[in-house]
Amino acid sequence: MEAKEKYVLRLADNALILGQRLGEWCGHGPILEQDIALTNVALDLIGQSRMLYQYAAELKNDGSTEDDIAMKRDVFDFYNVLMVEQENGDWGKTIVRQFFYDTYNYFLYEALCTSTDQRLGEIARKSFKEIAYHAQFSAEWVIRFGDGTSESHERVQAAVDDLWEFTGEMFTPDEIDLAMTEAGIAPDLNQIAAQWKRKVTQILDIATLKMPESSFMQKGGKVGEHSEYLGFILAELQFMQRAYPGMQW
Amino acid sequence: MMKEKIRTILHEVKDPEIPVLSIEDLGIVRDFFIDDTNTVTVVITPTYSGCPAMDTIEADIIKALEEAGFKAKVKTVLDPPWTTDWMSEEGKRRLEEYGIAAPVKGSADKRTLFGKSPDVRCPHCRSMDTQLVSQFGSTACKALYKCIDCLEPFDYFKCI
Repeated sequence: MEAKEKYVLRLADNALILGQRLGEWCGHGPILEQDIALTNVALDLIGQSRMLYQYAAELKNDGSTEDDIAMKRDVFDFYNVLMVEQENGDWGKTIVRQFFYDTYNYFLYEALCTSTDQRLGEIARKSFKEIAYHAQFSAEWVIRFGDGTSESHERVQAAVDDLWEFTGEMFTPDEIDLAMTEAGIAPDLNQIAAQWKRKVTQILDIATLKMPESSFMQKGGKVGEHSEYLGFILAELQFMQRAYPGMQW
Repeated sequence: MMKEKIRTILHEVKDPEIPVLSIEDLGIVRDFFIDDTNTVTVVITPTYSGCPAMDTIEADIIKALEEAGFKAKVKTVLDPPWTTDWMSEEGKRRLEEYGIAAPVKGSADKRTLFGKSPDVRCPHCRSMDTQLVSQFGSTACKALYKCIDCLEPFDYFKCI
């Protein structure tokens, strides 16, 4: 598989898996407005994943469709970061996962808007407008919880501590990231890391939350080595295509 | 002549979620052209990338043109990305009559992480004393507001 195809799949898989995770909240949100908010974000992400899978299918050029790529690959052929497959937990944990990811996505897609790859640039310019709303939403909730009651503060601090080890993977370049940066297709991840860290520090500070000091970071998702959660996510996501291959409605 | 006829037909195709707006009012029809085989190609752009109305809109365009005797195709483009600035003045007026506050042009820069929310007018009592309840509403394109004066909740067609 050529590097660009794999890079596009990583972006697509991140969007699809997080969209699917957020979809689990549908009908279970703490209040109606927030239930609707998260499913709106999920819808944007799934829409974005479709644009990316369509592009990946064209790059693959073997007759595969966007649906084939999303529905017929198994765990080891998914390249999303570990962050997006983590469990929803309580509302606070979902919000912190979203905040860490949205902030990364915001700076990444802002940079992808000027990609030398025309198609990726188009997709990024479309997606970035939506991502800006996501990033604002999750940051505001982190502040509300952190600077809220002692219960909300404790829970959201625990989520920050729990999820911290999954932040490193987003910024650790491998040979595919480096090749994309070299070609001007994707930004330098060090630059995105610096922007992310500045924003996250600022928000955690306003929220009276502590940034974890641990430097131990998990990795593996980008090369298909996943936590056990992904299998369960795919079992639900792909059930119909597995049970009735090629079905449509 | 032919162009005018097609434009009139497209003007009759409504947004399935907000039936007072035509797809032309929304600014999602970017272009259309006719080739020698009498096939009309309509170029559209999605409002939001996950908008579930796009498939219905595509089917409605083809149906409307076919009923008028044309062969029709729809092509989707992403760039330049759709913006609420493309909505027609007539569309904004009808949106407000329908009970949805129209997007505020030139409102706070959408690119900043903590943009101040715009001053939105209540579509029911016209008060400017309104408050954002949630950036995410009943469809991808709307935010939820409430009016401090008449106390009614309402949808705001948010800027992107």
